[in-house]
Amino acid sequence: MIEQNLRPGAGRAASAPLLGNASEPTLFEFSSPGRRAYSLRTTEIPKLTAEELIPAEYLRAEVLELTEVSERDLVGHFTRLAHRQYCVDLGAYPLGSCTMKYNPKLCDEAAALRSFAGVHPSTPVHAVQGWMEILVELEEALCKITGMAAATLQPAAGAAGELTGLLLMRAYHEARGDHRTRIIIPDSAHGTNPASVTLGGYEVTTVGSDDRGFVNVAQLKDALGLDVAGIMLTNPNTLGLFEEDITEIAKLVHEVGGLLYYDGANLNPILGVVRPGDMGFDIVHMNLHKTFATPHGGGGPGAGPVAVSQRLVDYLPGPRPVRSNGGPSEFTLEQPQHSIGRVHSYYGNSLVLLRAWTYIRLNGAEGLRRVADMAVLNANWLRERLRGIYDFPYDRPVMHECVISVSSLKKTTGMRALDVAKRLLEYGFHSPTVYFPLIVDEALMIEPTETESPETIAALADALIDIAIEAEREQAEGMELTSARAPKSTPVQRVDEARAARQLVSTFDARR
Amino acid sequence: MLGFLGLESTDELFRAVPAAIRLAGGLDLEPGLSEADVSVELATMGRRNLATGIAGSGLVCFAGGGAYDHEVPAVTRALAGRSEFVTAYTPYQPEVAQGVLEALFEYQTFISRITGLPISNSSLYDGSAALVEAVNLSVAETHSSRVIVSAGIHPHWRRVLATFAKGTGHEIEVVKLVDGLTDWDSVPGDQGGCVVVGFPNYVGAIESLSKARSLADRLGALLVVCQDPVSAGLLQSPGLHGADVVVGEAQAFGTALSFGGPYLGFFACADRLVRRLPGRLVGETVDLGGTRSYVTTLRAREQDIRREKASSNVCTNETLMAVTAAIQLGWLGTAGIREIAIGGARAANYARKCFSQVSQISLATTAPMFREFALRLPIPASVAIDRLLEEGYLAGIALNEGYEGTDLEETLLLAFTERRTKEEIDHFVTAVRKVVSR
Repeated sequence: MIEQNLRPGAGRAASAPLLGNASEPTLFEFSSPGRRAYSLRTTEIPKLTAEELIPAEYLRAEVLELTEVSERDLVGHFTRLAHRQYCVDLGAYPLGSCTMKYNPKLCDEAAALRSFAGVHPSTPVHAVQGWMEILVELEEALCKITGMAAATLQPAAGAAGELTGLLLMRAYHEARGDHRTRIIIPDSAHGTNPASVTLGGYEVTTVGSDDRGFVNVAQLKDALGLDVAGIMLTNPNTLGLFEEDITEIAKLVHEVGGLLYYDGANLNPILGVVRPGDMGFDIVHMNLHKTFATPHGGGGPGAGPVAVSQRLVDYLPGPRPVRSNGGPSEFTLEQPQHSIGRVHSYYGNSLVLLRAWTYIRLNGAEGLRRVADMAVLNANWLRERLRGIYDFPYDRPVMHECVISVSSLKKTTGMRALDVAKRLLEYGFHSPTVYFPLIVDEALMIEPTETESPETIAALADALIDIAIEAEREQAEGMELTSARAPKSTPVQRVDEARAARQLVSTFDARR
Repeated sequence: MLGFLGLESTDELFRAVPAAIRLAGGLDLEPGLSEADVSVELATMGRRNLATGIAGSGLVCFAGGGAYDHEVPAVTRALAGRSEFVTAYTPYQPEVAQGVLEALFEYQTFISRITGLPISNSSLYDGSAALVEAVNLSVAETHSSRVIVSAGIHPHWRRVLATFAKGTGHEIEVVKLVDGLTDWDSVPGDQGGCVVVGFPNYVGAIESLSKARSLADRLGALLVVCQDPVSAGLLQSPGLHGADVVVGEAQAFGTALSFGGPYLGFFACADRLVRRLPGRLVGETVDLGGTRSYVTTLRAREQDIRREKASSNVCTNETLMAVTAAIQLGWLGTAGIREIAIGGARAANYARKCFSQVSQISLATTAPMFREFALRLPIPASVAIDRLLEEGYLAGIALNEGYEGTDLEETLLLAFTERRTKEEIDHFVTAVRKVVSR
């Protein structure tokens, strides 16, 4: 069994070249007059001066100073920066609700192909049939996965997808002469949900969670009315729990004429298991950068396609790539009859969409189901390993992630969730999400994903157990907690966030 | 692992999912393929795209409109492709994210200098998203929902603005162009939330920022400038000439044409507007040991804290493109950004002279230009573009959407970068002459 064969360092990034303690100067400090890295094509175009080309009144008076560095110094600088950066390729990244899985390298290679990456978005549609085929096939696959009728691939990220979904809701209701003002959101929702609702021109009504961690159906019934445009739900929710009452919730919302919006942030554990369409949802956004293999790029890019049920198809953003009547592999663009309009300058984050297409093609139906199986197995297994050490606020089997609490440990030792997160960095793991969802005190939200090995997950659990035991021992011996001062072995120690906000220095030029 | 959980099969993991809604029979998708097989499919589909390149190997690109064919050197690809940048998450744990944070700090510095404004965020989705955020900021700041937008703004961005205005209720007024320049004098009234102008604008003309500023002052509005950031190598930085907010598309700095995305929306503003800044901001600080460090800051603005009171819902952004831009701008440097700016301007100037000698072809505007201009052909631009594809050229953009019924309709918008050679332009002029007289 795993316990006997456990290699203590498995999957940890402790041996990674994270060079500690010395700060890396900015590129501006490497600058030295006259140094250059760039070289450009020889064009043979007459070398007119700026004054000969452009009226003097528009020309800048001062030279635009950037940096002056050699290619070698440029490479040295950014390589040293890379060495000060944790990433999935280095080790486990169990950030809850972020789905930081390892992504196949073929997806990177696909996105680098010149036959795709070198295409200008204004190229006539008949000259980009390969791209059109990718987009249409991806849309079809996403609809099969979610159980919906059609999708737009335009939204550039999850939050853009949310707002698109809300505008679709608005267009749908308004077309029926139905002026609704409120959107219901559970208190466990991601922060983007209420922010998107406001931008969509609606008011937020928050409903609570019951003692199981589910939407409080009694409260929902009270909140529902003919002024409710819809409800936004994440299922599994941010506690990692599947909303078992979902069909009843769908029925209640539909009965008052509202629509159901599915926040697909946590789509990973339902692939091939259950579809939002079959749960009763009308609108689904997907974070392709979570579930469908786009590395997160340090904060983006993402892609947030929105799939809808049949009654919303005519409102989708346009123009949409669709199959044409010309033949099985012929594609064209179409503007839906009552389209809400564009939500992106072009087709969406195309190269992210290409990665998702590649990932789905590599995995196929069975591979995607296995993603869900392993994601859920890993989360539950990790959780059981931590039983008795941390608190389990809503103690039920979970889906892709588990939320544990440091509440009891905090009472006995003074160690907070933040301290656990910081101490874990010294074990060579990235921290889980902390203090979210808001309904759990001292929350650690852990999503191991399907791609980490049993050895890695065991090592992660061992590290979390070690941290708890260490705090109890240190507290008993009257020592200062190691975790309270952690991390020490990372490129920098705990940073002074208050100072950054108090004395804002957000550019090199703002330094005094 | 199942045994440890007391389970016999993975199906039991999903006990919480009601049986009535579980998917019977699995997903209706093709079986998975090997990497080798998927590579073959990609290659096959890729052959159905006409990509840009150089003569004889791809289309020679004269299309721009916010998406430009600039040089991307091996060093930018190599550094930006490092997995530490590609496979990191948002820098929530600054102790292990100094690489991305410091690169973003450098990006913010570059954008601040390019725009001429002191504050830059660490990226938004693309130019259109940045414009939407700028308008939202302006309306919140001025409490006026009247949005005055030049017709010289990218027509797709204007469409995106109109889409999102359905939620916020902003009233958008588009101001027409006269000979390529915005007709600000036609705007009535004495109040407004913002005035939006392109610099240079979508049809290539260099607008007068002082005229736009005067209108903004008359209306009590903020001046939002959509800047082509490459122009800063030669042209004034809008922040030094009255802009309150400068936004735009920075794909030109190291990101491939990418069929339109992911691109890089930049957003810069005056100091006094920083509390309304959308998206993430990286700030400098120190760690416990006094070592210089970087961290995302003024977080109280953001959606995960302010929730429904947030003025922006942005979470994921385009960090990788911002890091790429920092690398590319480091590669270009002070001399390089001027070279690519003047290179585009020289190529445009040369081509304009060549076309002015062709009968049947005329310039659509006489306004001063930077690196783009529109041509009136004896045939519709969209027809010319299709014919020129066969000759190996992506000939430009047909000004249709957003210019219906104007004197610019069906004119051909051409764009030039430092990558276009005299030989390419000469052959292109010949090809255009050929297809318009066919």
